Amino acid sequence: MNDFSRALVYLNDPFNWTRPNGIADLAVEHLVISAVAVLAAMVVALPVGTALGASRRGGGVVVVLSNVSRAVPTLALLTLFAVSPIGFGNRATTIALAVFAVPPILTNTFVGFRGVDPEVREAARGMGMSRVQVLGRVELPLALPLVMTGIRTAAVQVVATAGLAALVGGGGLGRLINLGFGQQDYGVMIAGAILVAGLALLTEALLALLSWAVTPGPRRLPFLHVRASKTPGGVPEPTASGVPL
Amino acid sequence: MTSLGARPLLDAVSDPVVGLLAVDEAPNPWFDPSYVTDNWDTILSYTGEHVRLTVLAVVIGAALALPLALVARRSRYLSAPVLGLSTVVYTIPSLALFALLVPFTGLSSNTVLVGLVAYSLVILVRNFLAGLQGVPADVREAARGMGLSAAQTFRRVDLPLALPAFMAGLRIATVSTVALTTVGVLVGHGGLGQLITGGFAANFYRAEIVTGAVGCVLLALLADVLLAAAERALTPWTRAVRA
Repeated sequence: MNDFSRALVYLNDPFNWTRPNGIADLAVEHLVISAVAVLAAMVVALPVGTALGASRRGGGVVVVLSNVSRAVPTLALLTLFAVSPIGFGNRATTIALAVFAVPPILTNTFVGFRGVDPEVREAARGMGMSRVQVLGRVELPLALPLVMTGIRTAAVQVVATAGLAALVGGGGLGRLINLGFGQQDYGVMIAGAILVAGLALLTEALLALLSWAVTPGPRRLPFLHVRASKTPGGVPEPTASGVPL
Repeated sequence: MTSLGARPLLDAVSDPVVGLLAVDEAPNPWFDPSYVTDNWDTILSYTGEHVRLTVLAVVIGAALALPLALVARRSRYLSAPVLGLSTVVYTIPSLALFALLVPFTGLSSNTVLVGLVAYSLVILVRNFLAGLQGVPADVREAARGMGLSAAQTFRRVDLPLALPAFMAGLRIATVSTVALTTVGVLVGHGGLGQLITGGFAANFYRAEIVTGAVGCVLLALLADVLLAAAERALTPWTRAVRA
């Protein structure tokens, strides 16, 4: 029996899912850590990104931040928080993940609001809208696709990276990978890998659907269109601030 | 085991008043130059592995990505599956990918290398394709009309025009590969990542962890600066426009 069929046997045993600290518990832990981290990052990044983007200031800072964040290994940040006075465990993991979720949300929100055509804003002002109304009813709908892209990128990155926390004493589904590796039980390790990868893909798909649902105006289902066609002119997507996870 | 200390370790953790691990009672500075000088050879050999894995992954990834991007440019029906598949690979967490590769490649550095190639390939295909699609169709038609063959068109028209996008892709791929290599600690070939988890395992030895982390960031920035310099050298015409 090879390792992959052993993984399927492991995944097929209901007891492995329902027992204390089983797959169900680990998955819930994984999702709670991820959700708190993404929400915390949104609380910080959305207002700042909106303010900077709408006023078209601070572009340099945002670009530098998103580039530097790409160079910092997630593992390093997770470990640094774990050995800081915060102590290792889910709190340190959540903080480290939130820090990593800020740049994609911030960059995309900034680019989304900055990209709103000034003439559209002027027309809205001319129609008698207040500054707040312009922001909420004109700029936000136009920036929303990119804002949602940022949140999706961040969420997928966080769900994927949360698995790494297991290497430094954290919780979540990554534990199965670490445990299986440590016990030379590659079946468990592969089961964990399948679960972590599945969860990341599921997050991507669900959030793509969500962003399709909240985007106003004509739209196409996210899985059917070719992404590169959106950015003509040979410029790679400016907001591809996600790194492989 | 009682010789370890006056109180058991677990009590120390759960005691809210003290709240200290036994290790906190010894000095554990974040920065320690003597660690770097004492372990210079170890650091150097991990750096070597890190650089080797990164360079190989980006070079192999680029060699695979260019033909894929050239094929994908020909039609939407080819580019859609290439981009769709790259999204899926991009979404798979690195730890999971490395774990899935272990049964095939074992605990060697090849496990890390194959995983890193997959990720750099995905980044590069997207950027190469964006660069190629950015070459104006009428310019390519003019090249055709002047009698250039397909290979000549690629070398003398596509390549110079798409070079900024190519280099941007290479920079992103290199920087993120440097960061990703650390996840190779799963199989014991994480380059400087070994210092990070090694320090964690050695009673949370902060100096070692910080050395690994700072080393990774410096390596990424150095690679980025080198590639930026190469881009400047390769595209002298863009400077002439700006000046």
